[in-house]
Formats: sequence, structure tokens, C-alpha cells
Amino acid sequence: MPTGVPIEFRGVSKRFGSVQAVTDLDFTVQPGRVTGFLGPNGAGKTTSLRMLLGLVTPTSGTATIGGRDYRSLERPVAVVGAALEAASFHPGRSGRDSLRVHALAGGVDAARVHTVLDTVGLTDYAGRRVGGYSLGMRQRLGLATALLGDPGVLVLDEPINGLDPEGIKWIRGFLRSLAGEGRTVLVSSHLLSEVHQTVDEVVIIAKGRLVHSGPLSSLETMTGGAVVVDSPDRAALLVALHAGGLAGKASRDGIVVPGADPAAIGHLAFRAGVELSALYRESGASDLESSFLALVGEEGAL
Amino acid sequence: MSPFAAALRAEFTKTFTTRIWWILLLVMFGYLALLAGGISFGLAGLNSARPELAQQGGEGSVAGLPLALVAPVVYSLATAVGYVFPVLLGSLAVTNEFRHKTLTPTFLATPKRGASLAAKWGTMLVLGALYGVVALIGTVGVGALGFAVFGLDSQLGDGDIQALLARAVLAMALWAVVGVGLGVLVPSQVGSIVLILAFTQFVEPILRLAGGFADWAGEVARFLPGAASDSLVGASIYSVISGSGVAALEWWQGGLVLAAYAIALAALGYAVSWRRDVT
Repeated sequence: MPTGVPIEFRGVSKRFGSVQAVTDLDFTVQPGRVTGFLGPNGAGKTTSLRMLLGLVTPTSGTATIGGRDYRSLERPVAVVGAALEAASFHPGRSGRDSLRVHALAGGVDAARVHTVLDTVGLTDYAGRRVGGYSLGMRQRLGLATALLGDPGVLVLDEPINGLDPEGIKWIRGFLRSLAGEGRTVLVSSHLLSEVHQTVDEVVIIAKGRLVHSGPLSSLETMTGGAVVVDSPDRAALLVALHAGGLAGKASRDGIVVPGADPAAIGHLAFRAGVELSALYRESGASDLESSFLALVGEEGAL
Repeated sequence: MSPFAAALRAEFTKTFTTRIWWILLLVMFGYLALLAGGISFGLAGLNSARPELAQQGGEGSVAGLPLALVAPVVYSLATAVGYVFPVLLGSLAVTNEFRHKTLTPTFLATPKRGASLAAKWGTMLVLGALYGVVALIGTVGVGALGFAVFGLDSQLGDGDIQALLARAVLAMALWAVVGVGLGVLVPSQVGSIVLILAFTQFVEPILRLAGGFADWAGEVARFLPGAASDSLVGASIYSVISGSGVAALEWWQGGLVLAAYAIALAALGYAVSWRRDVT
């Protein structure tokens, strides 16, 4: 069983002409865990992954796998499996032949083609040209490509995009089992809600900069249990909260009051004669989501 | 296995797992067979329909022209006209990677960019030779049949003709890698195809025709890739048409010039597109 090695970004920056895509990125991804690489669209996730994989040359800094530069690996396909874009296949080539080409180029035993097709559930469609694949099938083929060399490190860019609910459920379990085997699994997504059931660790970037990294639970503690309260007359509710010494922030669900007690807010509203339409403690998931949004900034949530 | 050897095997599989290689091959074969057949059957038919022409030319002639001149021109249609097909194949092998974004998996499996381009170059050299063999089957097969049907000597027993055929295969191999070079230099697929068609079908023929009017122009024109290829092969319908006063290059000089084009274009293209960031 191949064991994972850490992925390390050390002061990585990339400038494309006048556009600063990534700035001084510094983090480590540990083996044996699923790490979510999160950020809004355009935050620099794909550029960062491409630098890690030797496709884009950093302007400064280094991105290494087990301490080695991707381009210096002897048989990279057997060390790192990557799935970057769902469209990176020749539409006129069959799924099986696409894998055969990759296996030959990567020096991987041809028998693995059959195995990975089976793993991702594409065996029945392997002879069909990729041009006739759905987005979900292409995602599975991308994953199969990444798995070909049975690598200890997996780097997957938005692997959940385009999968049907059954596929999403499957890939979540699959990624967990890969990490359980001791592999390093780095999964990017622009939606925390898409991966929060899967990841152990999060690395969050916005506008090309690292804004947070740590275990998933570190996001929960950041907001410290907010209360959501709403009223048909929001203005009056805000005044009442303010009078009670509480700061509320309007969101789509209602007014979010961090670190408050629902009973105290109910009492405040009753005293001020403000009708309430909602009053509850924020659940775990949306709690994470609001931490995430707070980190990446409102304008980042495209 | 070295990265280059692995990439080489992958490149062959890449070529043979899509359809374009045999589509281009079939079109080339049909076109060349038709052209060679038209000329050989036409001249040989004319020869037997007009006995006075045959008499005028004497032994070993067809329609008043020496067979030793006509036969090589017919057989060398394989390169003089057919060369555009391996060029297209070679350029498509590269531009397809850009167009379908398959450079990403290609470079993931072979991060050494030089090795991956060299593998493509080597693969296309072999494919070009295959195109050369098929092109000659078209021109020689049908052309010689035309002469033979009317009882004329196909000249195939001549050692010079046999050497010409071997050099034609080499020329086609070199043309395919010229295509690879053009592909990396102009990675836009449409741009590449337009450039190839415009240059081979229009620009170079005109320049070579112009080369026939002044010696200094002829001096330059013989270094054009098409002219170099014709020198390498040793016969061409274009040389017969334009008839420049300047002597063509020796066959080996022509071969070196064509090889230099193929290498220079690939080296330039490597710097321009191949070693760039893949985003």
C-alpha cells in the first residue's frame, strides 16, 4: 500500500503579466487526512495546484511533494495522481484508450487501466469516445486517471462538480477511504458545503492569499455559536438588539448575533414589543459556512 | 524505462487511438492515385492513340517524351504534391494537445518538456515515413500500371528510380516533423492549418515560379522547403514547370536543408509555446 507524503507550499507567488494570481502561499498538507483547499472562484486554487504539479512555474517560492519538485520525480504518475479539469481529454479517443495512453506515458502496468475503470464505475462506458461522456462521467474518468499509478498523493480540482447525488455520496466515502489508507488527499472546492462532510482539514485562500488553515473544527469555534433571529420589522429588531448591547448582522436567513443566548434575545424583543418570525441557534453546517464567508469576504462569494 | 521511451510509446498509441491519421492517409492515397493515374494513363493512352507521336519519340518514350523523364515525375507526385498531408498530420499532433487541453495529462505524465516534444517528433518521423510508403503505393502502383497496360516500360527496374523512391520516403518523414515544428510555433489549430495550406499551395509555388525569372531569386528559392524536398527526392513536377536556370541542390543538401527546417521550427516552437505555463 503506497503511503502518502506531505505537500508543502513555501512562500509561493505567481504573477501573470500584471495580474498577481497567488501571493506568498505557505501551508502544509499532511498524509492520512482529507484536506479541503477552499476559496471562491478566481481565488487562485487552480493556479496553486498547477504550480504544485509542475505545469505552471512559480514566480517565487517552492511547492513540493515529499520535499521534491514534481518535475524532478522519476515516475510522477506513481507518486502523485492528479485530476485537474473535467475537459482534459481528446473527445475522439475512448475513455479506455485515454487511460492506456496515460499508463504508457507514466510507466504504469497496463492492467491498472482495467482496475481503475472498475473502481470509478466506468467499465461499461470505457469503449465510448469521451466526446459522448456526460460531465459526471468525465469527472470519473479524471479520477480514474489520477488513480492509475496507485499514488500516495492525490490532488483533485473540484472533483465533485457535475456528479449526481449518488456520485457525490460515493466520492465522499471513496476519498475518506483513500485518506484512511494513509494517503495524502488534497481536494479543492469553491463551496465549503460541498466538502464539509468529507474533509478533516481546511486550507482557505481568497484573492491569492492564505486566510486560514487548520482542522475543520477550527472554523466552528471561530463564530462561537451564533443565534439567528428575524422579524417582519427588522429595523425595530436591530434597534432593540442595539439597546440590549448586542451587535447583529443582517444576512439572508435573518439577523445573525454572534455569541448570544436565544432566550436573552427573545426577552429583549418581548420587552421592546417586536414581533419575531425566527429565533434559533445556528446549526453546525451553516455556522461553518458563515465562518467561511467571513474569511473569504462577502465579495468573494461568487 | 526512460521518460523518453515511455513518452514515445504513449505518442504512438495517441496517434493510433484517434481517427485523423487514417482519414488523412486515405485522402492522400486517393488523391495521389488519381493524379498519378490520370497522367500515366493519359500519356500512355495518347501514345497508343497517336502512333506518329510514339514514332517521333522513338524507343522508351511516351507521347513524344522520354519515359526516363516522365516516370520519375509521376512517381514523385507522392512528395511534390503529397507532402502537405504529413505536414498536416504532424501539426495536428501538436495543435490537438493545445485545443483539447490534453497538454495537462501529457505534462503530468512526462514533466520533462523536452522529452515529451522529442517523443512527438520521433513518432511523427515514423508516421511520416509510413505516409511516404502509402503515397508511393499510390503514385507508383497506379502510375506504373498505366504505363504497363499500354506496354511501356515502367522504369521500376532502374536503380536510380529505386533510390528516388527511398529518398521520397525520407522526405515525407521529414515533412511530418516540419509539421510538428509548425504546430508548436503556431499552436492555434486553425492558424496552423491556414498557414500550411496557404504556404504549400500558394506562397511557395509562386515564389518558386518567381525564382525562374532571375538568378538571384532562384538562388534563394532553392532553399525553400518545397524546393529542398524536391532536390532531396530528385524529381518533381514543379521543377519541370518552373525550370529555373539555377542548379537545384544536391539530394543530400536538400535533405539537410529540410531537416534543418524541421529542427529549427521545433526548437523555436519549444521556446514559444511548449515550455510555457499550462493554465
